[in-house]
This record gives sequence, structure tokens and C-alpha cells, in this order.
Amino acid sequence: MIKITVLLVDDEVPFVETMTKRLTKRGLTVFTAFSGNEALKQLKEHKNMEVVILDVKMPVMDGIDALQEIKKQFPLVEVVMLTGHATVETAIEGMKLGAFDYLMKPCDMDILISKMKEAATKKREHEEKIIEARINEIALRRSY
Amino acid sequence: MENKKKSNEQYYKSLTKKLVLRIIIGALAPMMIVSAIILEQFHSAYTEKVHAHLGELVLKHKQNIDCFLVEKLNDIQFLSKSFNFEQLSDEAFLQKRLTSLRKEYNTVFVDLGVIDENGLQVAYAGPFKLLKAVYSEADWFKNAIKSRYFVSDVFLGLRGHHHFIIAVRQNWHGKYWILRATIDFMAFNSLVENLRLGKTGFAFILNKEGKFQTKPLRDVVPDACLNYIKDKNNSQNGIYILDKKDQNGKKKIYVISFLKNGDWLMVFQQDMADAFSELNRSQMIAFFIIIFASISIITMAFFFSKKVVKRISRTDREKNMMNQQVIETGKLASIGELASGIAHEINNPVAIMVEEAGWIGDLLEEEEFHKSENLDEFERAIQQIQTQGKRCKAITHKLLSFARKTDSRMQDIQINDLITEMVVLSEQRAKYSNVTIKTDFKKDLPSIMASESELQQVFLNLINNALDAMDKNGGTITVATRLENSSIVIDFADDGSGIPIPNLARIFDPFFTTKQVGKGTGLGLSICYGIINKLGGKIDVKSAIDIGTTFSIWIPISTSSNNESK
Repeated sequence: MIKITVLLVDDEVPFVETMTKRLTKRGLTVFTAFSGNEALKQLKEHKNMEVVILDVKMPVMDGIDALQEIKKQFPLVEVVMLTGHATVETAIEGMKLGAFDYLMKPCDMDILISKMKEAATKKREHEEKIIEARINEIALRRSY
Repeated sequence: MENKKKSNEQYYKSLTKKLVLRIIIGALAPMMIVSAIILEQFHSAYTEKVHAHLGELVLKHKQNIDCFLVEKLNDIQFLSKSFNFEQLSDEAFLQKRLTSLRKEYNTVFVDLGVIDENGLQVAYAGPFKLLKAVYSEADWFKNAIKSRYFVSDVFLGLRGHHHFIIAVRQNWHGKYWILRATIDFMAFNSLVENLRLGKTGFAFILNKEGKFQTKPLRDVVPDACLNYIKDKNNSQNGIYILDKKDQNGKKKIYVISFLKNGDWLMVFQQDMADAFSELNRSQMIAFFIIIFASISIITMAFFFSKKVVKRISRTDREKNMMNQQVIETGKLASIGELASGIAHEINNPVAIMVEEAGWIGDLLEEEEFHKSENLDEFERAIQQIQTQGKRCKAITHKLLSFARKTDSRMQDIQINDLITEMVVLSEQRAKYSNVTIKTDFKKDLPSIMASESELQQVFLNLINNALDAMDKNGGTITVATRLENSSIVIDFADDGSGIPIPNLARIFDPFFTTKQVGKGTGLGLSICYGIINKLGGKIDVKSAIDIGTTFSIWIPISTSSNNESK
């Protein structure tokens, strides 16, 4: 199992705590944040963050604002939106803004993990491609 | 409900009554007042006119008669002055004078006589044998000898004929003598007789004692006029006008004037009904017109009120129905809002509970718990919590989607395009169920005014229902549009399982569903029904078991634009 570094963002503290325990038990590295701003701070501190699980409905800075901010500052980090049914439209809007996918609460653990895996894989592929490109660039530069 | 209906009926009845009364009063009162005023004015104007006319007529005749009398008197006076007693006492001469007078004035003068102061007629010319007649005891003689001239009342006298006398007193050697002439009663009478008006208008002359001086055409009781004249002095040019009832109760109009320096009265008498016949006729006509107008107003009032009240009751009924609908929609909307609030609030705790249960499940997998004999029970309980949590989620999701507001703005819609859109949306699901959706559109349908999202909901619901009706073997759904009268008709036909007859009557009822608990809300078709109803259309269903079901929707073209303005 690949070790994925996740940031869990939700204003529901018990939900975040339990989720953290369960994900940690499944071998994921979990960071938590209870608001959009906190999430951005965490992302700044931990550059190796791969996937963000982001609740759509949060006070102060809602999911969409947080998503836009994350995508602006950390374009490579993949975001999975977490939503209630009433906010499906918001989640879809989030996908248009660059979210990887959305899931409905309460979500099945297996589905959540597989989604995160996909997201992490995508992120790693992106990174690999970027590195490859850089290597190529550097290689070409040297050979030139 | 029965009571309400009854009280409603009473209300409408009293409303009709009130309306009828108001219309009748409102229409009749001004008419009556105006008619009364006009009639009154007309009446007084006409009365005045009749009075003036009659007065004029009488005055003219009075002058005529006065003239006649004065003229005759003058003639005799002239005769008596021109010749002396001796000359006139000669009967042959007198006869000559009479002949010349008669030649001059037709036959007005009947005879001439010369009478000495003792009342003995010393000469006479005329048709009667009155020579040497003694008049000393006759009233006229007594009067005539006292004054220079005298005109007598009409009397029978010695000859037994109606006549009156003009006498002129002269002096001959210190002795009075009188020249008298008899005026032909018929000639005099004709002066008055000519004054006739209408059927009952005629004139006569009375003396102060109330004796007739002319021959009245009808029976007349002359006292009435006399009494009146004695009482009152309000005359106009010497004309008195008097309305009185005779002994038969008939109203008569009397026009009275003095003649002969107040010795005689000329009375013109006419039946009121006759004098005012024209007025009466026009009053009659007016009366009939008013009666006719009143009847027609009353009929119209009844007719109109009935119609208005019928209309009012219909709009009331419609309003009630609409109110009920509004209340129901309001209820549904508030239920929806409540539901969405609850769903939101419940969703998060449920999510946490499910996660906690999951966490317990995770922990149970650890080595140390495997020895526990109740491990299976624990796992089953955790599983159950998760299953029920998912069920909660499903319910809240349904509630949320039901509560979602639809966009009910009216816009121009091409039905065919909208259906195509919905069919495309449903095609994915149809493919899984092995169903093909066919469309059979009538081209160039007119656009209608409706809410797009509402119609989307209707069409999608019907297509979804049709898909649900298919069993695993799949089937065909045909969506057809056509034009019928002024409505667009859309048929959704499937060849699915069909709807049993007992259910058919209830399928549009809210919360009626045959789906498993938790699978359907039972609101889909009732929402469709409401939407189509709101558009002024109708929705109907035909179904046969194992053959299929067809839902048909009629949406009116013309009235849909009216709906928008509501």
C-alpha cells in the first residue's frame, strides 16, 4: 500500500478526529484542519501534502473559496470535495474549478480510500512528469 | 361542509336580493323623481296654458257680447233720438224703422215698441199682436222708466218666447216715453253657442239670480259659480277660473266673466278630463312608459343580479380552490424547508456516528478482540449501524432533493426541444435497463409559455416512471407530440407492466406509491399533476396490465400566455 499524505478539512471536530484515527490505522499520514485558513497554513508547513479532503460547507471560508485558494497556491495538490446532498451543485462547481472528485457524506471508507489513491497517483504522475521534463530540460541544456 | 354549503347558498341568496333591491332602487328612484318633476312641471305649465287659453277665449266672447249689446243699445238710442214720440207712435213709421233695422242687422231685432210712461204700448211693429199691451207691472218696465236706458234679462214675457229687451227712455213734453226693442233670443244665443271647445266645453250666460240668459247645452247647476263669485274677487282681466266637482263627482273647470256691467255672468264650462285631455293622454303615455321601464328594470335587475351572483360564486369557488392550492403548496414548501433543515442537521451527526462505528469496526479487527466470543455479534451490530446510517443518508438526500426549489419563471418553450433534452438525459439509465426511448414529434409545434424547470420535472418524472415500470427484459418508451384543437398533447407510452385498476384512481394522490419503502416518495405524479394543472392543462392515464401505460398531457396553447399574467 502506498503511503498517502492527506489533509482532512472539516469544521465538525468529532468527524475529523474519528476519520483521522481510521485513516491512520489504514496507513495514511493524516493532517487535520478545522477551517479553510487552517488548511492553507498546514499546506504551507507540509510541502509533501498530496490530497486534501475538503468539506464544502464550512463557516467563514467555505469549501469553494478554500479550493480556489489551494489551487492558486498549491496547484499540484489534489482536492476531493466532501458534500451533503444539497450541495452537490457546489461540489460540481468545485470540480469545474479543478477539484479531483467529490464524495457524499457519510461516505464509505473503501470508496474514500480508493478515491484518495487515485488522487495521489494523479498527483505523483504529474510530479513525475514535471521532474522528467525538468531532467530532460537540464539534460538537453548540458548536452547543448 | 354541508352547513358551509348551506350558509353559502344563503349568503348568495341574500346577495342576490340586495343586488336586486339596489339596482331597482338605484335605477327606479331617479327615473321616478325625474318623471315626477317633469310631469309636475308639464302639468302646471299645461294647466296654465289651458287656463290662459280659456281665459282669452272667454274674454274675447265677453267683449263680443258686450259689444253686441252696446251696439244694439246705441242703435235704439239713435232711433229714439232721431225721431220723436209722435213720429214713432205712428205704427207704419215704426214698421219702416224695424224693417230698415232688420235689413241692417239681419233678424236680430224682432220687434219695436213705443211705450208711454204708464206702461201702455202705444205703437208696435213686429210679428206679435202686442199693441196696447200694458207693461206697467213688468219688471223691465219698472227698471227702464227709472234710467235712461235698460237692457233686461231674458224672460218669457207676454209672448211666451225667450227674449230680452233693450229699452231707451226719452222725454216728450215733460213726459217719459220708452222705445224698446226685442232682441231675438236665437241670434243672441248663437253668440254664446259658438263658443264651444272639445266635446264638453260650452258657454252660457247667467243673470245675478242665477237664471239662464242663454240656452245651456247641458244641465248645469249654476249656483256653484255664483257662490264662488260672491266669495272671491281674485280676477285677472275680470276672468275667474274655478275647478269644481259637480253633483256627479265629475271634475269641471269653470271660466267666468262678468257681462253687461256686472249684471250678467258668462260662464264657460268644460269637463276637466276634456279640457286636459291632451295632458291626460300624455300622462297616460308617460305612465305606461314608466310602468314598462319599471318592469324591464326589475326584470333586468333580477336577471343581471342572478348572473353577477353566479359569477361571484364561481370566482369565490375558484378563489377558494386556489386558496386551498396555495395553502397546500405553502404547506408543501414549508414542509420542504423544514425537511431540508432537518436533513442538513441530521446528515452531519449521522456521518459522525457512521464513522465512529467504522472506527469500532477497525478496532475489532485487532488481534486481541479475536478471542472474544461475542466478536460476531459486535461485527453484526457495527454492520447494522452502518447500514442504518446509509439508510438515514438516503432519506435525508431524498428530503433535500424534494425541498429543492424549482425555477417557476415563465418562458417560451419549444416542447419538442425540451423533451429531446430530457430523453437524452434519461438515455444512460434506459441503456442499463435495456429500454429504448423513441420519439415521434409533430413538427413546428407552437411554443408555449411555461416554466422550463417545471416542465423538465414533469417529463423526467414520467420517463423515470416509465423506466421503473419496465421489468428486466426491457422494452420501448414512445414519446409522441401532437396538436389537438388548441392544445399540445404529449403521450408517454410504455409497454411495461401496467397499473392495476384500483391503483389507477390514486396515482395522482400525494404520497401514494407502490415502490418499496424508502425508494419512492409518492410525490412525483402529484407534483406533475399540480404543474400541469397550473398551466391550465390536464394529465390523464390509460393503462392495461401487461400491455403498458400511456400518460397523456394536454397543455393549452392560447391560455398558457394568460396564465403568465396571473
